[in-house]
Amino acid sequence: MASPIVVRYRIAVLLLIAAAGAACRTAAVADARPPLLQAGAPGQPSRAVGAMQASDLSQVQYTGADIKFMQGMIGHHAQAVEMVALVPSRSSVDDVRKLALRIDVSQKDEMNMMREWLQARSQQIPDPRAHHMMGTTLMPGMLTPEEMERLAAATGAEFDRLFLEGMIKHHAGAISMVAELFATAGAGQTPEIFSYASDVDADQRMEIDRMGSLLKELQK
Amino acid sequence: MRSVAATCLCVSAVMLAVAMEGGAQQRAADPNDPRVGLKAGLRDAGEATRNMKRIASLPKPEGFFDPAKPGGDIIAPERDPNLPPLPPPDPNAPPNPAQANMLGFANSDLAFSGNHVFMGSFHGFTTYDIERPGKPKQSASVVCPGGQGDISVHGNLLFMSVEQTRGRIDCGVQGISTPVSVERFRGVRIFDITDLNKPKQVAAVQTCRGSHTHTLVTDPNDKANLYVYGSGTGGVRSGEELAGCSALDPDKDSNTALFSIDVIQVPIAAPQNAKVVNRPRIFADIASGAIAGLNKGGDSGPGTQKMSVTNQCHDITVFPEVGLAAGACSGNGILLDIRDPKNPKRLDHASDKNFAYWHSATFNNDGTKVIFTDEWGGGSRPRCRATDLPNWGADAIFDIVDRKLVFKGYYKMPAAQTEQENCVAHNGSLIPIPGRDIMVQAWYQGGVSVFDFTDSTTPVEIAFFDRGPIDAKNLVLGGFWSAYWYNGNIYGSEISRGIDVFSLTPSEYLSQNEIDAAMMIHADELNTQEQGKIVWPAATPVARAYLDQLTRSKGIQPERARAVKAAIDKADGLRTGKERGASVVLDQLDAVATQLEGDAVTATGRDTARLRSLAATMKGRAAKLR
Repeated sequence: MASPIVVRYRIAVLLLIAAAGAACRTAAVADARPPLLQAGAPGQPSRAVGAMQASDLSQVQYTGADIKFMQGMIGHHAQAVEMVALVPSRSSVDDVRKLALRIDVSQKDEMNMMREWLQARSQQIPDPRAHHMMGTTLMPGMLTPEEMERLAAATGAEFDRLFLEGMIKHHAGAISMVAELFATAGAGQTPEIFSYASDVDADQRMEIDRMGSLLKELQK
Repeated sequence: MRSVAATCLCVSAVMLAVAMEGGAQQRAADPNDPRVGLKAGLRDAGEATRNMKRIASLPKPEGFFDPAKPGGDIIAPERDPNLPPLPPPDPNAPPNPAQANMLGFANSDLAFSGNHVFMGSFHGFTTYDIERPGKPKQSASVVCPGGQGDISVHGNLLFMSVEQTRGRIDCGVQGISTPVSVERFRGVRIFDITDLNKPKQVAAVQTCRGSHTHTLVTDPNDKANLYVYGSGTGGVRSGEELAGCSALDPDKDSNTALFSIDVIQVPIAAPQNAKVVNRPRIFADIASGAIAGLNKGGDSGPGTQKMSVTNQCHDITVFPEVGLAAGACSGNGILLDIRDPKNPKRLDHASDKNFAYWHSATFNNDGTKVIFTDEWGGGSRPRCRATDLPNWGADAIFDIVDRKLVFKGYYKMPAAQTEQENCVAHNGSLIPIPGRDIMVQAWYQGGVSVFDFTDSTTPVEIAFFDRGPIDAKNLVLGGFWSAYWYNGNIYGSEISRGIDVFSLTPSEYLSQNEIDAAMMIHADELNTQEQGKIVWPAATPVARAYLDQLTRSKGIQPERARAVKAAIDKADGLRTGKERGASVVLDQLDAVATQLEGDAVTATGRDTARLRSLAATMKGRAAKLR
């Protein structure tokens, strides 16, 4: 084993070398900007690119289909909020009430987000009560006025069943709206719409699962 | 240099802001929490911190933000309801180029290798040199959009997840407007980073749903290959674009891309040959083999018989040394046996009525607990308001008992946040403090929270950092995507603001000795979703950390604690184990350790393990010095 003195001497030399190296690197980096590169296809080299060109997302834009999706989903969510508003006075099942509260918080907040999104793009914000008007075409999965009346008139176990069945159908409609969006040329390309539509799909599928299990439990 | 000076000024300005705002604007949950009522701002937001310190920050690199709106879109204030309604949109109208993307430039996950941290982004990735953590330096940034840019490193290879339909094989920024295109890329990209100043894409493995996240898996029996578990949550693309992709229900197509994850095999010497080798049916019913085996409840609703239900994972964390993986898979938390990495097998699954969306998982170091997070609202919405329930959008802590999940408790960052702050449980990592389970976690604009979950039923917060919202009136997406411990510091990827580096400071909850023990753990590489077992050396800071813990829990007699401290101090005074009187000191270290082993027999709970670990550390230290 080397004597401690030799070891210390070696460390000192190494430190000097390291310090000198660090100084050189600092000097070199201080003058040069860090490289900004545009990657290429697999096997192709990356190449230097300017900041303006690198950040130019002008070709990835929302489309009319994205706008229609957001507008349609506001009305769709609005009905879900109307449905859950019936729960506290009609259901005594804790899990149903909890589910309703979650849908209420989530969908009201998502409606805000969709309104803001449309607003920022100077697009028309639909009246969330538009589906109550005569002759309005309902978005997929939405309950008809007759179905809503039947739900509102029900209580207890009958209400829980109608509510869960209705909300499963309602959610399934939202999922089909997402599928239609992604099947449309150019739609769902912007990161916001992609993420939101994917979230709607994932969240509502999961809630369908949960509601299905709940329905099964209640039927026992 | 200028930026460093600016940072210093900024810190003092912020401290001042915190001091001034201190008691003024408090409300709701805990009126004394300094995180409530912080001033808004992109670069000059108020900051609150406890038991940790921000030591450095760098803004986003050039090319990675919209020069016109560096913080992202500021959403217009509410439109006056008295104004006449806007005309209906023209579906054929050209898009408005003035509207930039808020998410297009978001920073995302972090991975570490040597003196570098790699920060993923929806727009590509950026490398930082962290040889001096207090003075990070930006190196190359690479443009390659597609989101989310979840990122991992292994040797000279870097992996990146791409899920969005705008993703291109050639990494172009222009997107793709047709529903079916040979130029589209969704899957896992592989870059060669041998030259950190010039990373190069070497492979792009296409998958049916793209890759929302991915996890590297090493096979101890197969050193030539690396495995990647790809989790896709986006829509399944058509078979016209990628052969073999089907979104049909399993009863219609047993080859459906739903109800699976992608297992990609990467030959390390030839990464260009990486390919999908399996799509294991981890949701299958174990008895019958039916592909859609979990949550069959969806079958019972009228009109839903053909409905595809929970069929995907959001993220998977592997712990190869214990042969386990934890999958956060939309409606379920699942536990997988990954001893054969190519063929993961489900051991157990859990569901939780308080959970909206199972997002990610973290094991404790023993592999006896797992924390799952609930990303309620997808991460872009405010879910930490005073009105949001504390067990929604939170962490759920499970014990693993006989390879099964047993629910124990919830943890949610406790300070109420505003409507303008997107906030929910997100990515974190363990902090390697021996004898305790401690995690640092990102909560988007809810900041960073460090908490102890040694007692899985009652987690306790021990440190935090938080900024005010980016904008005072509107929700502008931001905050910490990930916050991970790496070789002595905490690194946070801020969606809109850049990167922050923190250090822990001692407090009543965490001693300097415990921090010092954590600082001893050095990793050459860190991908948080690939956990490795931490083994602490038989060193003095580790022994002192255990001693502090035993003193805190009153798990050691004061007299014994003094004897331990004296024995450790004396051993520290030795230069070598051979010098005069050394053997007496080392014998004493051994003798006290043996007494501790005796104490452990009658001790209870965690103290038993800590007494044993302390004894083993002292004996190990004595053996090393001899």
